[in-house]
Amino acid sequence: MRTIRYILQKEFIQIFRDKSMLPIIILIPVLQLLVLSYTATFEIKNIRLVVVDHDHSTDSRNLINKFSGSRFYKYLGEESSYKQAENDIAAGKTDQVLVIEPDFEKKLITEGNASVQVVTDAINGSAASLMAAYAVSIIQGFNENIVVHKSPLHYHGLPVDISSLFWYNPELNYITYMVPGILVLLITIIAMFLSSMNIVKEKELSTIEQLNVTPIHKLEFIAGKLIPFWIIAMVDLVIGLLLARFWFGIIIVGSPLLLLSVAAVYLVLVLALGLFVSSLTETMQQAMFISWFVLVIFILMSGLFTPIESMPVWAQQLDKFNPLAYFVKINRMIMLKGAVFNDFRKDFFILAGYAAAMLTFSILKYRKTSG
Amino acid sequence: MWAFIKKEFLYIFRDYRTMIILFGMPLVQIMLFGFAITNDINNAHIAVLDNSKDVVTREITQKLLSSHYFILDRYLKSYQEIKPAFRRGEIKEVVVFQNDFAKKIKTEGKAHIQLILDASDPNTANILDAYTKGIINTYVFHNLLQGRKIPLHINVQSTMLYNQELKSVFMFVPGIITVILMLISAMMTSITIVREKELGTMEALLVSPVKPAIIIIGKVVPYVVLSFINLVIILLLSQFVFGMPIRGSAPLLLAESLLFLIMSLSLGILISTASKTQQQAMMLSMFVLMLPTILLSGFIFPIENMPLALRLLSDIMPGKWFIIIIKNIMLKGVGIAYFWKETLIILGMTIVFVVMSIKRFNIRLDE
Repeated sequence: MRTIRYILQKEFIQIFRDKSMLPIIILIPVLQLLVLSYTATFEIKNIRLVVVDHDHSTDSRNLINKFSGSRFYKYLGEESSYKQAENDIAAGKTDQVLVIEPDFEKKLITEGNASVQVVTDAINGSAASLMAAYAVSIIQGFNENIVVHKSPLHYHGLPVDISSLFWYNPELNYITYMVPGILVLLITIIAMFLSSMNIVKEKELSTIEQLNVTPIHKLEFIAGKLIPFWIIAMVDLVIGLLLARFWFGIIIVGSPLLLLSVAAVYLVLVLALGLFVSSLTETMQQAMFISWFVLVIFILMSGLFTPIESMPVWAQQLDKFNPLAYFVKINRMIMLKGAVFNDFRKDFFILAGYAAAMLTFSILKYRKTSG
Repeated sequence: MWAFIKKEFLYIFRDYRTMIILFGMPLVQIMLFGFAITNDINNAHIAVLDNSKDVVTREITQKLLSSHYFILDRYLKSYQEIKPAFRRGEIKEVVVFQNDFAKKIKTEGKAHIQLILDASDPNTANILDAYTKGIINTYVFHNLLQGRKIPLHINVQSTMLYNQELKSVFMFVPGIITVILMLISAMMTSITIVREKELGTMEALLVSPVKPAIIIIGKVVPYVVLSFINLVIILLLSQFVFGMPIRGSAPLLLAESLLFLIMSLSLGILISTASKTQQQAMMLSMFVLMLPTILLSGFIFPIENMPLALRLLSDIMPGKWFIIIIKNIMLKGVGIAYFWKETLIILGMTIVFVVMSIKRFNIRLDE
């Protein structure tokens, strides 16, 4: 035990001596959390709308008012022809165009049937489908209003009415959803980079040989290397949780202690992965590139930004090997829905088993010899 | 000069791990974004709490499940079961039918459906809510109005411009191209130049009779070639595997890419003059170039919805302007008249970076 204490002491002195490391350890996670939380949003608001009104009647103006009054829309004004409006889309000046046909009002009253056209810039497909849905629902609302207004006797509304309850996040605030996920991202990046670069650095500077010839046991050496990073990542997580609570005002529904215990196990897995990478590589550049490559894939497939259920089955199967996917899920369950241990028991045991296996494997792979 | 370029090529090809990353990364990314990563909602697990169990509720349930959006996870028996199911993350939505549903429609002309959504993921919740309401309303219009026709009806024709099938790969390919060009040209050049500095071989090159400009060109040309090969691979993949068209002029696209490449290269040279060690150059490229390019360029997340400070910050990201240009050429199929401003901005940035790095380079030589 005493040996481990000395190695720990040495590692901590080394970490705090390097002035460029402290900002990386403390500042970058904080910045990441702040910037990412505000950028990573798929929320749609302020859809820019241009109208081509061929009718210029009271009803067409009322319809336009419906749009300009909606909190989802930013009404930019009218164009005199569809060609000009389409040009606006091509020039990136507007997201959506509403075209109202000539004699819209007349047709609506005499024939009971009139049409409008909604044209959406669909390069961003998922945003486009939402924008189109918003437009349709506003027009439907207008339709119902006008029916109730013009022929109140004939119409009693639709026979089925639907109401929606949004649990856990009634205001549909996107930041509330992203912050727990980004917390996972941040401790993963820190732990992975620190552990994968550290041993390689000793290799590059050839100081590893000096350590190898000392009577330190392999296990003591690895424990001494990993424990400091484990502590740093946990400290980062606590800082992140405090920011989540007091800066973003997110109320952690579940138990923070439970969250930290799961994180403790998860971090062992990430550190073991980093150790494995460092045993594969010779230079810091290689270690950095490989960690980056692995992390990008893990992050993109983790369900952090896009839902896992939307992925094809083969990708979902692959995700069974993605540690981030498990922890992002568990973290969101605890923080947002107040899940208790029983709710994610199975995921936790997989994560723990994975951690144990990876750690054993990396320790076996690590040799106290060079070359 | 040819000797220089050849030397540099040999140097790059010798490090096979880096080569794998250089060519593997774009492939993996485009495959992931093309096949796996999407915002579309498919197969969302839902539960039904049917307090009525009559013909109408069964038909509505059937209609919901026959769309590809929903999969029935289970029928719930009571309200108490909703909370644990949500907490375990097994379902995203519960559809609750009021009791005596069909009867109420007949006698009172009104029955009630309640949707309960797991809004911890607000985006999914929002979309599921819209889909469910759409399906139920369509059913009601067709089957339940029974002669009580709505007297006035507005038809909505919805047109999706540029991307009728709403493929998400259309959104991501321009971003991937930008990030890859940035990665190879800026990051790799800065690292290789700094490596020569670190190893002291740069001094040897500088005292040789070769002009500094030629040294730099020799360093840069291999990366231009590599980036171009990568660009062509990405374009071919996106066209033949994912059906993403190039509606505008391909030569124009290549010319704009070349401009962006030169911009990134000069940025890489600038970074190399500012850093002493490879690690510093790596960190600088990573946190000053890569992350902001991924986050603030409109690659994945739309810029319009960000807070003002971040939107202003995004204006100085070269990637943002290049992504606009690529989208204009590939998807909108418009000419330079629509993006001369963006082109000028990138050109301006290039000039600034080149002037700055020449200045810094000269200062270093004077020392």
